[in-house]
Amino acid sequence: MRSLMAVLCVVGVIVAIWYAACVPMNIKGVLTEAERGGAIVTPEGAKDRRDIAATRLVMDNSFAIPATWAQDRPRLPAPHQVAIELWQTTVMKKITSKRSLVFHAWVTLSATLLGFAIGTGLGILLAVGVVHSRVMDMSVMPWAIVSQTIPIIALAPMIIVVLYSIGVQGIIPKAVISAYLSFFPVVVGMVKGLRSPDMMQLDLLRTYHASKAQGFWKLRLPASMPYLFTSLKIGIAASLVGAIVGELPTGAVAGLGARLLAGSYYGQTVQIWSALFAAAILAACLVGLLGVIERATLRRMGMA
Amino acid sequence: MVLVAFACALWALGWWANVRLAEGPASGTKAVQLLVPVLFGATVLVVWELVVRGLEVPLVILPAPSLIAVRFANSTPVLWDDFVQTILKGALSGYVIGCVAAFGTAVLVDRSDFLRRGLLPVGNFMAALPIVGTAPILVMWFGFDWQSKAAVVVVMVFFPILVNTVAGLRETSVMQRDLMQTYAASYWQGFFKLRLPAAMPFIFNGLKIATTLSLVGAIVAEFFGSPTIGMGFRISTSVGQLALDMVWAEIVVAALAGSVFYGLVAMAERAVTFWHPSQRG
Repeated sequence: MRSLMAVLCVVGVIVAIWYAACVPMNIKGVLTEAERGGAIVTPEGAKDRRDIAATRLVMDNSFAIPATWAQDRPRLPAPHQVAIELWQTTVMKKITSKRSLVFHAWVTLSATLLGFAIGTGLGILLAVGVVHSRVMDMSVMPWAIVSQTIPIIALAPMIIVVLYSIGVQGIIPKAVISAYLSFFPVVVGMVKGLRSPDMMQLDLLRTYHASKAQGFWKLRLPASMPYLFTSLKIGIAASLVGAIVGELPTGAVAGLGARLLAGSYYGQTVQIWSALFAAAILAACLVGLLGVIERATLRRMGMA
Repeated sequence: MVLVAFACALWALGWWANVRLAEGPASGTKAVQLLVPVLFGATVLVVWELVVRGLEVPLVILPAPSLIAVRFANSTPVLWDDFVQTILKGALSGYVIGCVAAFGTAVLVDRSDFLRRGLLPVGNFMAALPIVGTAPILVMWFGFDWQSKAAVVVVMVFFPILVNTVAGLRETSVMQRDLMQTYAASYWQGFFKLRLPAAMPFIFNGLKIATTLSLVGAIVAEFFGSPTIGMGFRISTSVGQLALDMVWAEIVVAALAGSVFYGLVAMAERAVTFWHPSQRG
């Protein structure tokens, strides 16, 4: 309960700082508009104001403060503007509409989930191979670890264009990027997990005369579950980033990444922020969902 | 077709050699542990080259490694300029600012139990979000040059380091802190002599995660607008020109920079946390 209070406090402070930051960030635009509307602004003329510090302008023109939270295309939209935009583009629009964020979020989510499923599946398979074959362990594992230190996402534009040139478009290229990004965390985590049973436990199975397959199904796989879920959470977040970034270079028309890009082209800041928050909510839901599955699974297995 | 068959044969040969090495008597030695992955990597490269040549895969789909190497060697000035712009100016300055800011915040947060309870879940939550998405906003605020890339990197590395540092500063046991108290150690003495060293493995964990994130942030932010220089810019424009050998050359640079950066942080970790069990093995 105390933690909840503390979290709410911190969130409240962040929102307050956000509102406060809107004032100096937006003041210049607001003053220009107000002057055009006939209000008296000190000093007059946008040119004179250009080099004056924003805080000074705020102090001299305190009447304009409320307007900084209600601008049409602010540099920094106020929280309620983002919230209203989110509400309007999710609940108020039909979900088939091109302007609905639910539609865009689904485009991104479908690529994310497909890629995540592929990446996780292949990752687990490779991890099983690595654990059972010394050659694979020694040849592949160092590369898997090194590959985590490189910005794989730099490959995203190329993957899209290459797949496009051989006639693959739509969801698949984005899913490939998502799969690629979630693949390596799963491999590394799963190998760690499959190796987590200690000598005593392995020896016990040997005294039972268990076969290798039995050892895998009854000891290694169950023991790897906590590690698997940890890396799945990292993997799904990476998948989502991959799907969003995968939408950038092609000038895609649908998806959260496309909304970000369109917003940045046309200066629609509120749209950028709402797309960003939609992505954040989506990520939080996905990670949260995995957390629920993790807890249920581990409780069922008697590990939590 | 001959080349492809040759590639298959070579693959089998490489694999056989690795099997012999890995299951042979010398498999435990350092040299073999290094040799096996190198052999594997070299085999992959050669097979790639042979398959691309044998099947005459067009350049716009997959350039042969030799072509990439030639391109890399021929355009080192461009690659170096891009490296300076993206990695040294964008990623590195953002990394340093983000790390210092996160560390400072963590030390402040650590003094108050209330703040820690509040900020830790929020920080954990933020660390899982697709923060690269802030790139268009920050590019709008800070302009096209490296400052906006550094800003993206600051936001990206901040939360992982914050969360890890706060967790690390909690790592000491009550006994240890009591011992400090019996020595009449002040807060800062206890901090520098006990809690900060104990937190180092955690802090370095955060720093290592942040190395990759910083490169990702700097490169992706350039997709949203950049001067006509930089790795992200070069990648997106070269993709547009279908000059995939250039793209691959930039990816090689990114891979090298990422591994070296990570390696340097890992070396620093080894030097600082030499006492930790994970480093002694």
